[in-house]
Amino acid sequence: MFENVAKIWAIAKKDMKIYYLKGPVVIFGLLLPFFLYLAYAWNRNIEPAEAMVSIMAMTVFFTSTAVGPVIAPWETRSRTFERLLSSPVNMSIILMGDALASTIFGILITVAIAVLSMVIGVHIVNILVFTCNVVISAVCFSFLSLLLSSPPADTPANIMMLSSLLKFPLIFVSGVFTPVGEMPYLLRIIALLSPLTYTTELFRASVHLETYVPAYIAIAAITVYTLVFAMVAVKLHERSAPKRL
Amino acid sequence: MNSKNFYYPYFLYARDVASYSVAWALSRPGAVYVVDVIVAEGLTKRFDGLTAVDNVSFHVHEGEIFGFLGPNGAGKTTTVRMLTGILPPDAGRAFVLGFDVVKKPLEVKRRIGVVPEAANVYLDLTVWENVTFMAELYGVPRGVRERRARELLDEMGLLKYRDAKARRLSKGMRQRLLICMALVHEPPLLFLDEPTSGLDPQSARRIRSMLRELNKEEGVTIFLTTHNMWEAEELCHRIAIINRGRLVAVSNPRELKDMFTRLRTVEVEFNRAVDERSILEALGCEVDVSGNRCRIRARDVNDVICGIVDYAKSHGLEILSLNVIEPSLEDIFLEIVEGKADV
Repeated sequence: MFENVAKIWAIAKKDMKIYYLKGPVVIFGLLLPFFLYLAYAWNRNIEPAEAMVSIMAMTVFFTSTAVGPVIAPWETRSRTFERLLSSPVNMSIILMGDALASTIFGILITVAIAVLSMVIGVHIVNILVFTCNVVISAVCFSFLSLLLSSPPADTPANIMMLSSLLKFPLIFVSGVFTPVGEMPYLLRIIALLSPLTYTTELFRASVHLETYVPAYIAIAAITVYTLVFAMVAVKLHERSAPKRL
Repeated sequence: MNSKNFYYPYFLYARDVASYSVAWALSRPGAVYVVDVIVAEGLTKRFDGLTAVDNVSFHVHEGEIFGFLGPNGAGKTTTVRMLTGILPPDAGRAFVLGFDVVKKPLEVKRRIGVVPEAANVYLDLTVWENVTFMAELYGVPRGVRERRARELLDEMGLLKYRDAKARRLSKGMRQRLLICMALVHEPPLLFLDEPTSGLDPQSARRIRSMLRELNKEEGVTIFLTTHNMWEAEELCHRIAIINRGRLVAVSNPRELKDMFTRLRTVEVEFNRAVDERSILEALGCEVDVSGNRCRIRARDVNDVICGIVDYAKSHGLEILSLNVIEPSLEDIFLEIVEGKADV
């Protein structure tokens, strides 16, 4: 058990050293949510707490999904993947290491943005819900990004494009810009299928805004999504690994 | 390794390390036993209907350097990948250090070192980070990890580059770094897939001498795939030749040469130029004439030498030099892969 934890940490450290400063990570993880938010908030009269919820949800979503899609294609292209597969680690350990690096990136940037929000006067009222949300959402979206990187491509841009096809529509149906409670009935049903909706709801709960889904259900939903994403990601990566050699 | 003392008492079908040890302990006292660290039986792998490796069986003895030769696309890398637990075979089975590579791939991986053919080091990590990262994956304790990394980098002449990013290293240095990464957990068995391919002669020589030393002084068994026949002849105690996915020969270089005596040639130098047609008629075998030198392919060396002496006498020629040349491993390899020989 301890040996496996050490291996997961070793892989995460390697990923952090190599991938945090890669172009696609910086663009999709930092610049994109920032400009997306600016485009949304510019010249509008938005309540600071509502704005904080939007920016937090986008930040944790984009940052946690920024590193994951880069790793597998990059390792395939730079021909380090076979070396990794030759070592005594199975696919679950490799993906948990990758997810950990991705999660830490997501948490660090989101916390930095939260601190910045507090400086401009938006206060997180329920610290416990906020912390719990940032951590489980970062883990969930990290595994989602690993799931998206399972096709055996060796070009990070291709995987980034694939993940953008999923990520952008999700942003618009997950209550990030319009609260779920104010959505039309059909859109509300679609929203409830998105894990990002529960993240947004939990951020709303943490600043005491009105919520549509109770916090404990949102936490349970994100946990279930995490387990499903992790299991499917491991299966798909195991299947595609020989094609990466 | 003294190959003449080896005899082959049993196949090791141990399914786990316990039965592997029992098999070892039960071996009869007084006899020199060979433990097979690799047993491959009927290994087969297909890709999209194409058979890359077809029913390949062989054994690798503990302590030897085993060469696995074949032209491009013959199935060498696929075989290595199956033996190292990276690719599952479609048929057949293999045991490495007593562990089934399909049922216990992690146990196999934990105990072997691998230098894959197309692999690279992490270019964005430093030399030191590359080695210690591998040590962490193999569960080497921190204290041992640092000592071992320092020793290996020193041996490979890379210690002074320990803080440099691996992208700054030359190809030869990166290959040496890959070998350090494969040896950091002190494996008893090392797989190297084309380790000197594309390297300059100096780097290739350094790696060869390091492998020889590893085998001789530390007793590491080495499974080596190569294109380089000279390298195989220099390094390997036994070799296997694979062609179009099928194993066509497994032997030691000396025995292979004995099997191919028909490829021996006799080189003779006369005191003056000779007529090609007359010597061809006199000897009745394949002759290349170049001025006063002749190269004769000899199925029976004795007959050819006697024929040359008779020819020289009858044509008033003086023999200045006469050499019998053994076939090189390359001659034998080409003979086999071009399908002229059935082994």
